[in-house]
Amino acid sequence: MDFGFILSQSMTQAIGVTAIIYCLAAIGLNVQFGYGGLLNFGQVAFVAVGGYAVGATVISVGSSLWLGLIVALLLATVLALLLGIPTLRLRADYLAIVTIAASEIIRFAAKASDFLGGAQGVTGPIGADFYALNPLPAGDRFGFGPISFTRPDMWLVLVGWATIALVTLLVWALMRSPWGRAVKGIREDEDAVRSLGKNTYLYKMQVLILGGIFGALGGAFSAIARGSVQPDGFVPDFTFFLYVILILGGTARVMGPILGAAVFWFLLVFVEQVLKEGVASGTITFLSSTQIGPIRFILVGLGLMLLMIYRPQGILGDRKELMLDAR
Amino acid sequence: MLRASPKRASVRVLLRALLGALMAAIAIVGFAQPASADEVTLTVGVFDEERNGIPDVALTVTTPDGFEAAAVTDGEGLAVLPIPIQVTITITLEESTLSGPVRDGLERQTNVLTRDKRVIFTLGEGSGANTGGSSSITLSRVLQLFFGGLVLSLIIALSALGLSLIFGTTGLTNFSHGELLTLGAFTAFVLNTAGGLNIIIAGPLAVLISAALWGWGQNQILWKPLRRKGTGLIAAMIVSIGLAIVIRYLIVFFFGGAPKSYQQFAGQVPIDLGIIFVTPKELILSAIAIVLLTAAVLWLKGSRIGKATRAVSDNPALASASGVNVERVISFVWILGAGLAAYSGVFLGLTQNVVWTMGQYLLLTFFAAVVLGGLGTIGGAIVGAFVVGITVQMSTLFVPTELKTAAALFLMIILLLIRPQGLLGKAQRVG
Repeated sequence: MDFGFILSQSMTQAIGVTAIIYCLAAIGLNVQFGYGGLLNFGQVAFVAVGGYAVGATVISVGSSLWLGLIVALLLATVLALLLGIPTLRLRADYLAIVTIAASEIIRFAAKASDFLGGAQGVTGPIGADFYALNPLPAGDRFGFGPISFTRPDMWLVLVGWATIALVTLLVWALMRSPWGRAVKGIREDEDAVRSLGKNTYLYKMQVLILGGIFGALGGAFSAIARGSVQPDGFVPDFTFFLYVILILGGTARVMGPILGAAVFWFLLVFVEQVLKEGVASGTITFLSSTQIGPIRFILVGLGLMLLMIYRPQGILGDRKELMLDAR
Repeated sequence: MLRASPKRASVRVLLRALLGALMAAIAIVGFAQPASADEVTLTVGVFDEERNGIPDVALTVTTPDGFEAAAVTDGEGLAVLPIPIQVTITITLEESTLSGPVRDGLERQTNVLTRDKRVIFTLGEGSGANTGGSSSITLSRVLQLFFGGLVLSLIIALSALGLSLIFGTTGLTNFSHGELLTLGAFTAFVLNTAGGLNIIIAGPLAVLISAALWGWGQNQILWKPLRRKGTGLIAAMIVSIGLAIVIRYLIVFFFGGAPKSYQQFAGQVPIDLGIIFVTPKELILSAIAIVLLTAAVLWLKGSRIGKATRAVSDNPALASASGVNVERVISFVWILGAGLAAYSGVFLGLTQNVVWTMGQYLLLTFFAAVVLGGLGTIGGAIVGAFVVGITVQMSTLFVPTELKTAAALFLMIILLLIRPQGLLGKAQRVG
């Protein structure tokens, strides 16, 4: 078994495109669930809106990517308003059910819409405008040490992490501000904050919009990186993975989603590669190659359960800052 | 609520979890056997405009990857034949065996996913009725959809009742309730294929096993220790999501992702009830479902344990102080909930397919039913289930099929705006 190869693969994935997509969406979820205490189970809806906005603007309409990005952010705001008006007054368990239902409605609607490509989704050179700006010199592979990317991927990864850095900085600054203190106060005791004269509904709406915009950024990034947006990529499991990432890294911690996404994808790829090599070389005989896929998900689910039971604060978190009580 | 736990309690939880996982693994491995039911049943009907069956029409079925089959319609105008799943099939009627023209032509293309398929040809000129999608609204189509809605409502009601009871007594929003349905269907599948039992025996046996193993066992191994540990409700909700993922992919791991059917009653020919087509199995399974639902409701209303259940739902602390054994009630609720869900799993498995996503797809309709009816109320879950089931099926009259579940979810969100406590719920703060 070539552990050097497996490690370099896993490390590449830990900072790669997929990790960036999940990280951006998880930062949004961190703002909503971690700081704001909103149990949003429909974060994937914002990712879908971001992806489809960019994909449809570029491919179906034939306009530029930059317009697509603006559309994505606007639509994410609209979705947050639509979602927030009926749900933000509801108790946590109701909010969870309604948001997950809304995310499924959006997926079904995208699937039924010809403009959005139906079940096939939107496919094409969505990121052409973005790749045209690539300043990297011509070359095959870029990287450092065991990690290397192709030229377009390197450009994606650089911009992706720069975006994450900016967004994280913004979240850090916001949460230190009076606004952030009010938001965290609502998480702890909404009535107390309301009695201080704050409009908690408005704060919660702002939190939902902000988190949704970060989610849409993740979706837009995914559309650019993959050149396609497909409805079945936006199943509720996507949101659940975001929760795993968030809880793993540490809820209500600025660096939580970043660490969570990197560790999550490192472990996932590492386990998959080890099993794959093991089966291929004959060391592992009790598995067939088609059983490796399910094992990854079994581990994800088991990880979520065990984390929640034994270490709900994750790697970085503080147990006192966890929003884990309803009613 | 979330307290730092005593060390010993957490070790006990871990040991129980490991023991439970081991038991489940042994149970599944012991039974597991690869099955290759990658076929579904295609029913082709040829009718005249009054829906009388046309016998002796020859037809061929082809797929792009070379599958070919031929059949001739029987006295009812129906031809039943097995076809592979997940292909596009082309059905062609043999013109020489027909007495006149066929609406929309002799050739019909359709996508077969994982379910039994029914294709109807109607004699006559032009185009129009019976092509599916959002075509014209005929009385027979409305009634057919309404009947389908009733059947779906019963499946939802059986599961939603358990979901509502578990929520009422423990406060747990159980995201792995759909998997109770899936586990029930697969338990019956294992007994049916590996155990060699007829589904008539395997089905009830699976319901009992599910009630004991997946209901009582799950509560004992996982939820009871968590309650004792003082885990918060949101944490428990997230644990249930993890559990749902684990169960789903354990099933894929052992059984693969392809849909399966039970060995009996797989391709039953529908009978013509004048204006709608119904398979006998749908009628019998629905009748049993109605009996089960009625029995469950009467039991909850009348028996001591039923009254205790409602007392715990209303106010656990007060019930406990009045001498109700709360843990016993919760065990009862899990047993009942898992048993009912397992029956709806067998029901769904017999009328459609046994597949690892069957519960996952329905989970949101359970939630919609429970929320529509009023969280935690017994009658509410059932009323809600009928609203949801009929909405899902009937909405295909007006919206594309992809949106049928969305219609029910949309209805739920709208109702929450107008009447947050649900149709039958008492007015209370849910925000």
